[in-house]
Amino acid sequence: MTFDDLLSLGPLLNICGAAVIAMLLVAIWRNHRLVYYFTLLAYALALASVVPVAKLLPHIIAPLVVIDMFALFNSGAIVGSGLIIVLLSYNYFEEREERKEEYYLLLLLATAGALVLVISRHFMSLFLGLEMLSISLYGLIAYLRARQRSDEAGIKYLILAAISSAFLLFGMALVYGFTGHMDFPGIGAYLQRTGTVPLPVVAGFGLMLIGIGFKLGIVPFHMWAPDIYEGAPLPVAAFVATISKGGVLVVLIRFFQDVNGTQYTMLWWILAITAVASMFVGNWLALTQQNIKRMLAYSSIAHLGYLLVAFLAGKQSGLEAIAFYLVAYFPTSIGAFGVLIVMSSSVQDAETAEDYRGLFWRYPWVALAFTVMLLSLAGIPLTAGFIGKFYIVMAGADGNRWFLLLMLAINSVIGLYYYIRIVAMMFRTTEAPQRTFIKPSLPLAGNITLGLVVLLLVGLGVYPTAMMQLIQQMMTLIK
Amino acid sequence: MILLYIILIPVIGALLSWLVSARSAALCRWIALGSLLLDFAIVTGIWINQGTAGSGWLYNWQAPWIPQFGITLHLAMDGLSLVMLVLTFFLGALSVLVSWNEIKSRTGFFHFNLLFVITGIAGVFLTMDLFLFYFFWEVMLIPMYFLIGIWGHERREYAAYKFFIFTQAGGLLMLLAILGLYFVHAANTGVYTFNYFDLLHTPMARSLAQWLMLGFLTAFVVKLPAVPFHTWLPDAHTEAPTAGSVILAGLLLKTGAYGILRFVLPLFPAAAQEFAPWAMLLGVAGILYGGQLAFAQPDFKRLVAYTSVSHMGFVLLGAFAFNEVAYQGVVMQMITHGISTGALFMLAGVLYERIHTRELSRMGGLWPVLPAMGTVTMIFVMASLGLPGLGNFIAEFLILVGSWQANKPMTVLAAVGLVVATVYSLRIMQKVFFGQTERQFGLPDLGFREWVMLAPLVLVIIWLGVYPKPVLKTITNEQERVTNVERSDSSLVIRTAQNIIP
Repeated sequence: MTFDDLLSLGPLLNICGAAVIAMLLVAIWRNHRLVYYFTLLAYALALASVVPVAKLLPHIIAPLVVIDMFALFNSGAIVGSGLIIVLLSYNYFEEREERKEEYYLLLLLATAGALVLVISRHFMSLFLGLEMLSISLYGLIAYLRARQRSDEAGIKYLILAAISSAFLLFGMALVYGFTGHMDFPGIGAYLQRTGTVPLPVVAGFGLMLIGIGFKLGIVPFHMWAPDIYEGAPLPVAAFVATISKGGVLVVLIRFFQDVNGTQYTMLWWILAITAVASMFVGNWLALTQQNIKRMLAYSSIAHLGYLLVAFLAGKQSGLEAIAFYLVAYFPTSIGAFGVLIVMSSSVQDAETAEDYRGLFWRYPWVALAFTVMLLSLAGIPLTAGFIGKFYIVMAGADGNRWFLLLMLAINSVIGLYYYIRIVAMMFRTTEAPQRTFIKPSLPLAGNITLGLVVLLLVGLGVYPTAMMQLIQQMMTLIK
Repeated sequence: MILLYIILIPVIGALLSWLVSARSAALCRWIALGSLLLDFAIVTGIWINQGTAGSGWLYNWQAPWIPQFGITLHLAMDGLSLVMLVLTFFLGALSVLVSWNEIKSRTGFFHFNLLFVITGIAGVFLTMDLFLFYFFWEVMLIPMYFLIGIWGHERREYAAYKFFIFTQAGGLLMLLAILGLYFVHAANTGVYTFNYFDLLHTPMARSLAQWLMLGFLTAFVVKLPAVPFHTWLPDAHTEAPTAGSVILAGLLLKTGAYGILRFVLPLFPAAAQEFAPWAMLLGVAGILYGGQLAFAQPDFKRLVAYTSVSHMGFVLLGAFAFNEVAYQGVVMQMITHGISTGALFMLAGVLYERIHTRELSRMGGLWPVLPAMGTVTMIFVMASLGLPGLGNFIAEFLILVGSWQANKPMTVLAAVGLVVATVYSLRIMQKVFFGQTERQFGLPDLGFREWVMLAPLVLVIIWLGVYPKPVLKTITNEQERVTNVERSDSSLVIRTAQNIIP
């Protein structure tokens, strides 16, 4: 390993090292505040260490990993989102759990897993990253042991994730068995040479798609999502919705690109059907949800569908659109969970739509922030979500995928309904019902974080030019 | 730059009035009113000075926004925009006045939304960049949604949803069409741009042009609304607070008409020409069906709402007649309908403040009690049924003259619509002001504030009916460019009319 290798792995090494130190810290002196600040520092350092890598690109550390612009950009997005999640976590756990220090440890590990995923170009690193992510998530999801639904969610995720990993492994084995390669470019080159895809390899791809699809939570592998979102601690749910899915999506894109997936119409069609199904099922099931966590879960299924549309456009602009959409979607989604965090009390999460009745007249600032998040999710102008959706539609139009775009447009309208429903709930006047509202904790750090996220979303929505420039420079995959 | 200021003034007004509302509700109203009057003064000033400026584009301002996509902040003003802006700020200021006593709760947020809708509308009338157009098109929606959903009547939330989802669905189809046009243009010329003037003469295949045209048209006919897409309108108009109804009927519907004139016809002339019979059919269906439904309504506001469907049918009919006379009629119809229907909604609101009902069956015999209000209502009812001497007559007459040249059977049917209009319009007078008095009302007649908002409307509708030349002259410049019809002014219009009707 040369110095350049180490430097280019900077973000990953930072997070991994921090995980080890955090473990030792907990062993020496169990103190929530200490671990919290340490973790914040670790994320900030990791974010800073993204910058020097830019000079070394593209950098391949054979055979396992590749650090190119695309990987680096997504590493930055992941670490940045992780930072926001940590910022929102302190009060949430301080109020709820007596052993809160290990949460940060697991969060660091899960982030490390996602970081491995975005730079992997080999089945080994893919699987390692994925398992690191999943195993940490088992613990994270079931972290609030005292809660019933938390356990349920943890077990559910454990079993389903294990099964999906098995599918993934079997698929990899089949692909390896018939192509003799485990690195993506090798597989691509093999398929290029032979010209045809042998049936076992097709089966292998299919099995792998099941495994990946499960992690992404796309239809028909989405069943776990609402239960996990509902049962998991709120910051963890935000993590699952953003970082975990983002990392896997990146690896899917890279694999697809390296094996020249666009040439195989079969593969394209499978993904297209999944995309359309994800959009419809996600939005449809979200329509009547009274629980906001579940609604966000279904909406994230739909959003993955939108992302796949950009992906299926098969153009450079599609990659850019995905990158921009992720940049918009990560803070939006985390921010939405952040609102739930801020509004929850130590005994009860504010998760039903009813909890938000008339919020605007009680806590105008939080309601306004939530409105911005929801409108961004719905893709309404002046927010980042609008530009993101516009970018996706643009990519689709560029690739002449009019049918997919029509589906996306229809789904945007369906989606609008349930986002607006929550907004309407917040602006509804509270005259009659003599119900007691959850007394929110409204932690200062949480509020400040929300403020930053809102600024970011509106900023990206009004002046997206700088971010677009960055993305257009960054979105180059190397073979 | 002045165009940017026109858009920024209500934005600043919106923020300011929200900020001060915590201190004083009255101050917040004055700020809202002041910012709109300031804008009104600016655009009227432009209008008065413009007489010497000649034809074409009065102002043009451009700044880069998202250069990667060829998106610019491109604002420009011609006669059509100018006239629409004058109407916008005129009705905007009146709608602040009309809600002076009606809106008592959350005044700050109300005026914030009101001014923001007006910003969006002004943006729509000014922008010459298709992305920016879509942006403003969407910006109008959210505040309008709040206006209906928070301050509306009983079924406000249902109405607000319906309004939002209908218009958003249309808007997304338009977005797809905009992008389609963008890429077709790029494929042909290699230039990626959303600039209206660059996209104007994009060569494209016939079938493609038809699809793109339909995408644009859907958004506009939903907003207009034309008949199969009109169902959001009665709900939204009825449930909205008075100011919301005025803005909806007076301005928001006009953005649909404006879109057809500004985008559908010039961008896709051939495709629009082919589609014209169908569009005219939709227009006529709207005129007759809307009128019939209006007649059957038991609710004052709902009745007026359906008359909008009927009147907007004329707009569709005239817009697709493809000639100068009809064109001028369409613009006149946009203005006069904005004024007369806005006024009727205001009267409905004024009446509601007094008797707290919109049910026609519970009104009646109000003339002796409210003679002044009765007179004003009479004027606008007459305007609505197309009485000569009032603005609407000029508009509908011009449209019919124009469409006669294009499609005779349709024009005949549309003319029947005038009879329907008479029937439903007179029903308003009959049910509200004449007939038996059920209860003995002791009601105050129009107050000072109400006179201040209704008197200008009366004056304007009479002015437009007697001397429409300034408006026609202003918009003629616009048409020269868009339709490339030979220059004509209102005298030519009259001459053409004389040739047709002996």
